Amino acid sequence: MIALIPLFPLLGFVINASLGRRLPKAVSGGLASLAMLAAFAVSVLIVWQLANLAPSQRVMEQTLYTWIASGDFVLDLTFRVDPLASVMILVITGIGSLIHIYSTAYMHEESDSEYARYFSYLNLFAAFMLVLVLGGNFLVLFIGWEGVGLCSYLLIGFWYEKKSAADAGKKAFIVNRIGDYAFILGTLLIFLRFGTLDFQRIASAVAPLAPESMFGMLSLATLLLFIGATGKSAQIPLYVWLPDAMEGPTPVSALIHAATMVTAGVYMIGRNAVLFSHAPETMGVVAVIGAATALMAGTIGLVQNDIKRVLAYSTVSQLGYMFLAMGVGAFGAGIFHLYTHAFFKACLFLGSGAVIHALHGEQDIRNMGGLKAALPITYWTFLIGSLAIAGVPGLAGFFSKDEILFETFAHGHTILWVIGVLTSLLTATYMFRLVFLTFHGERRQGAVARDVGAIGHDAGAISHDPSAISHQPGAASHLHDAPAAMALALIVLALGSVLAGYVGVPHALGGTNALAAWLEPSFEARSVTTLAGEQVAAPGEPEATPAGEAGAEGNQSLELTLMVVSSLVALLGIGLAAFIWLKRREIADNAARTFHGVYTLLLNKYYVDEIYDAAIVQPIRIVSQEGLWRGVDVHVIDGAVNGTASIVQGGSSLMRRLQTGSVRAYAGSLLIGVVLILGYYLWR
Amino acid sequence: MIPLSHYLIVSAILFAIGTAGVFLRKNLITILLSVEIMLNAVNLTFVAFGRSQGTVDGQIITFFVMTVAAAEAAVGLAIVIGLFRHRESLNPDAFTTLKW
Repeated sequence: MIALIPLFPLLGFVINASLGRRLPKAVSGGLASLAMLAAFAVSVLIVWQLANLAPSQRVMEQTLYTWIASGDFVLDLTFRVDPLASVMILVITGIGSLIHIYSTAYMHEESDSEYARYFSYLNLFAAFMLVLVLGGNFLVLFIGWEGVGLCSYLLIGFWYEKKSAADAGKKAFIVNRIGDYAFILGTLLIFLRFGTLDFQRIASAVAPLAPESMFGMLSLATLLLFIGATGKSAQIPLYVWLPDAMEGPTPVSALIHAATMVTAGVYMIGRNAVLFSHAPETMGVVAVIGAATALMAGTIGLVQNDIKRVLAYSTVSQLGYMFLAMGVGAFGAGIFHLYTHAFFKACLFLGSGAVIHALHGEQDIRNMGGLKAALPITYWTFLIGSLAIAGVPGLAGFFSKDEILFETFAHGHTILWVIGVLTSLLTATYMFRLVFLTFHGERRQGAVARDVGAIGHDAGAISHDPSAISHQPGAASHLHDAPAAMALALIVLALGSVLAGYVGVPHALGGTNALAAWLEPSFEARSVTTLAGEQVAAPGEPEATPAGEAGAEGNQSLELTLMVVSSLVALLGIGLAAFIWLKRREIADNAARTFHGVYTLLLNKYYVDEIYDAAIVQPIRIVSQEGLWRGVDVHVIDGAVNGTASIVQGGSSLMRRLQTGSVRAYAGSLLIGVVLILGYYLWR
Repeated sequence: MIPLSHYLIVSAILFAIGTAGVFLRKNLITILLSVEIMLNAVNLTFVAFGRSQGTVDGQIITFFVMTVAAAEAAVGLAIVIGLFRHRESLNPDAFTTLKW
């Protein structure tokens, strides 16, 4: 039954990949969407069954077959649904279905075979992502982990004839490989230490141990796993691929690079919560990296001009929040934010897709403006998504973000909390800068031409049509709002952005925080039937649960205070954005001119790409070209091959002199030979 | 009774003469004749050993050698005639084209 969930999209992939070329668009797109809806239906059914079990027993397993059996080491191809996986499969199949439906309209300009190719990739991605979250051990997770990386590469480079898209795909793939290398090393260390790769067994084995006080084996293993997560989930230092990944089709950005795949790292840490909580050193690193990424990406997002890039940096920033939560030990809060973020970020990306669709490929917000009237559905859904991500009270992002900030503060990380609040201010500001520049004000076609000098390299990428300016007033008339399939996805996701948070209303607001309670069993060592669970589960518990429940009374007022603070911050951010980009546009321009250095630094993303290029790419290129190619390959390897040939040649040219052609010489050598051999035997 | 060593010494002398002929003479036909002398030196050894051992093996092998020598002489002379027709020469040093 569980295996059906990834099987449906896989079937969709097989059919679309093999027959797609001959299928009309309605069939291939419909089939792919249907496969996702079927997977969603099965997921709902399974989660329903899961919910009917007692909280401590909420785990369902299906072992397809024994994959590897070698001596003591046995590895099954196991799918396991527990509360954590249940949240993930619902997000993946649910939001995945909506994005499939959206894509049927968004991609309609492609030819039949391209259309089928797109949907086959999308289905394959969903199948791998489901394998990733359902896998019961590290190796099955790794199948999915690599598979989604592959699909991400294929989809970023979907328009492979465009060089920038093909390059972005390669960049994503290579940067992910670096993380995956560390991930494999981490997995091997775990196996060396515990002799198993099964998540439950590892958790049971770790639980009785005391947390490592020094940097030890567990810290090293978890740190390596976390490096893997930074690659997949776009954290410092491996985040550079995600903004470039926006070269792919927008629904792909929504599904893979916002809602699902990039959260795999967060999920992986949640899946190994027991393991990570026994390595406080790693947890510290996770929290600091998360907070640093959140802040850094937030500042970059403030000045970017490409609508999708702003959203991409916003994704990086929100992922930073999730890692911050993971790092301070608030696993439930991290997963909660993952879940709400999936809704509003997918909504925002699909909204930006609708804008780009309406403007026939225009992505620069300086050339937008005033789209509110022409694209009402897009505007309202985008606005709801932005309110949600900014953390306005009552919407999804508010609950999850506040939980993270509260947990951070409650765990005593005041500096990280300040960074988090600052990032929250930035988030509200850059999101509403986006909203105001895109939808409000006047329509600005070709506006970018005016300040070409200040923009630098960005300007070259934008095709500018001077004739568009002349009929500016009428320009809005041939804009069309999202077609039905796109509108459906947008509206459902906007509803989700409003309502998704209500599964986790905190106790301080009179809620029950149902999601945290639902997830809790996943973050503790569960008794494995074969491993006599009783004594194992008990000692592990003090780590995971205490602070929240024990000091609940005193914490509630603190939580309320923090909530008010962050709500005010969010509103302040929105107000700031409204003041600058609605009322006094010149403030932004003046600020950019006054702090020209800072502005350029941010616009060029702290020059991280350039630094990586100079520090890593170029040295590798030079070593490869001058050292390995011109040195080792040409001289050593080719030298060995050519040297062998010339030795044989030289030897032969000497030896062939022996063949004189003179019969007498041959007879003489024969005689000498006979004499020598006989002489040897006679005088021996 | 002549001792065995006398036969062997004569045989060795004959063999040496034949070998010298093969290497020193410049006429192919003479060389062939020298080869025959070497063969017959060997024949003499066989017969001598056969007699001293009191067996017929030596004589039987000698007949074989004589038969083969006859065949060899026929083939050899035919080749010599062929070579002479080709090059108008009987000097073995004239036939050295089969080399590097």
